[in-house]
Amino acid sequence: MITLEIDGRTVQARPGQTILEAARAAGIRIPTLCYLEGLSPRGSCRLCLVEVANWNGKLVPACATPAEEGMRVVTGSQRLKELRRMVLELLFAERNHICSICVSNGHCELQDLACELGMDAVRFPYRFPGLSLDASHEKFVYDPNRCVLCGRCVRACSEVEGAMTWGFAGRGVNTLVEPDLGGPWGESETCTGCGKCVQACPVGALAERGVATAEQEKRPQVLAEVTERRPRV
Amino acid sequence: MPAGIEARVAELLQPYAGRPSELIQALHRVQGVLGHLPLEVQKAVARVLGVPPSQVHEVVTFYHFFRTQPVGKHVIRLCLGTACYVRGAGRVLDALREELGVDLGGTSADGLFTLEGVRCLGACGLAPVMMVDEEVYGRLTPGRARDILRGLRRG
Repeated sequence: MITLEIDGRTVQARPGQTILEAARAAGIRIPTLCYLEGLSPRGSCRLCLVEVANWNGKLVPACATPAEEGMRVVTGSQRLKELRRMVLELLFAERNHICSICVSNGHCELQDLACELGMDAVRFPYRFPGLSLDASHEKFVYDPNRCVLCGRCVRACSEVEGAMTWGFAGRGVNTLVEPDLGGPWGESETCTGCGKCVQACPVGALAERGVATAEQEKRPQVLAEVTERRPRV
Repeated sequence: MPAGIEARVAELLQPYAGRPSELIQALHRVQGVLGHLPLEVQKAVARVLGVPPSQVHEVVTFYHFFRTQPVGKHVIRLCLGTACYVRGAGRVLDALREELGVDLGGTSADGLFTLEGVRCLGACGLAPVMMVDEEVYGRLTPGRARDILRGLRRG
C-alpha cells in the first residue's frame, strides 16, 4: 500500500490507484467532469486539478495521476478554486449553455458544478457557435451546441460498447464530436443504438428523444455497472 | 460506393492492408494519387486497414494536409509562419488572392490553382516562401508571385 496525505489527512492507496480514487475512497470530494467510473481517465477538463505541495505546488489532474508514496495533496486552496471557476466559465462560454432552455436543466453535471463552485457569472463573452442539431437518430438527439467535449460518449462507445461510432473531428476550438465519417447519426453504419453515450453525457448534448426535460435523468453510473459485471478473462 | 474506387484504394493500400497503425501513411498515399479524400475513399481506407470510420474521420479532419475537396491542377502552399510573415508574406498573400480571385483554401475558377496557407516550410532563410506543387520559390515579392502564377498559366 501507498501512504499519502490529502488535505492533511493520511490516506492509503493501492499501487496504480489515482489521486482521485484514493480521495474518493477516503470520502474527500474532488470535482470532476470528463472523468467517469468505468471509462479510462482522460484528464482533459482540468476540473479535478489538485496541488502537490511537495512537488513545488505543481498542478496535476487527480483523475489521471497515480498516487505516490509521501505525496502531499491539496484539493481546495484558493488558487484551485479560482482556476476551477475559470475552467468552468471557459466551458460555458465555448458553446450555447443556457440552462433555462436546456433539456438537461436540473440534472446536468455542468450546472451542478457551477452551483458547487459558486460560478454566478461568466466573465468571457459566449461564442454562440450556431452548430446544427442532429435529430436523425430514431431514439436520440445530438445537439453539439451543448457539448463540452469531455469525450465520455466517445470512450463509452469505444471502450464499453465497442462500436467506435463517435470520434473527435477537427481540432482546437472547432473540434466536434461526430459519428463515423461525419454524416447524420441516424445513418450511422456502426451505431448499435445502445444509448451508452447518452447515459455517459454529463450535459444536454446527447438526450433521449421524446422525453421531457423533467424526466431526462441520466444514469452515468451504468458504465461502471456494465464494466464491473463483465467476466474477467 | 463505386466498385472502381474501392478496388483502386485496395490496390494502392496493399502494403498497409489490415494494419491500423499505418493509417496516416495510407491516407498520404491515397491522397497523393487521387488528389483528395472524398467520403467513399475514406470509407474504403477504413475497410482495407481495419479501422473504424470514426478514426479515419478524426485523422482526416485533424491534419490540415488532408483534403476532402478536390484541388486545382497546381497547389500553392504559401508560408504564413513568423519569419515569412515578417518578411512580407501578408502582401504576397494579398497579391495571390487578387490574382486568383480566391481566398485561402479556395480553388480558382479555371480549376488551375488551389491556394493554401501553411506554417513554416523549413526554409526561413528564403523568406517569404511558397511551394507550388513540389517546387519551392523563395524571396518572394508580390510582383514575383504574380509572375510565377502567370508563367504556370501559360504552361
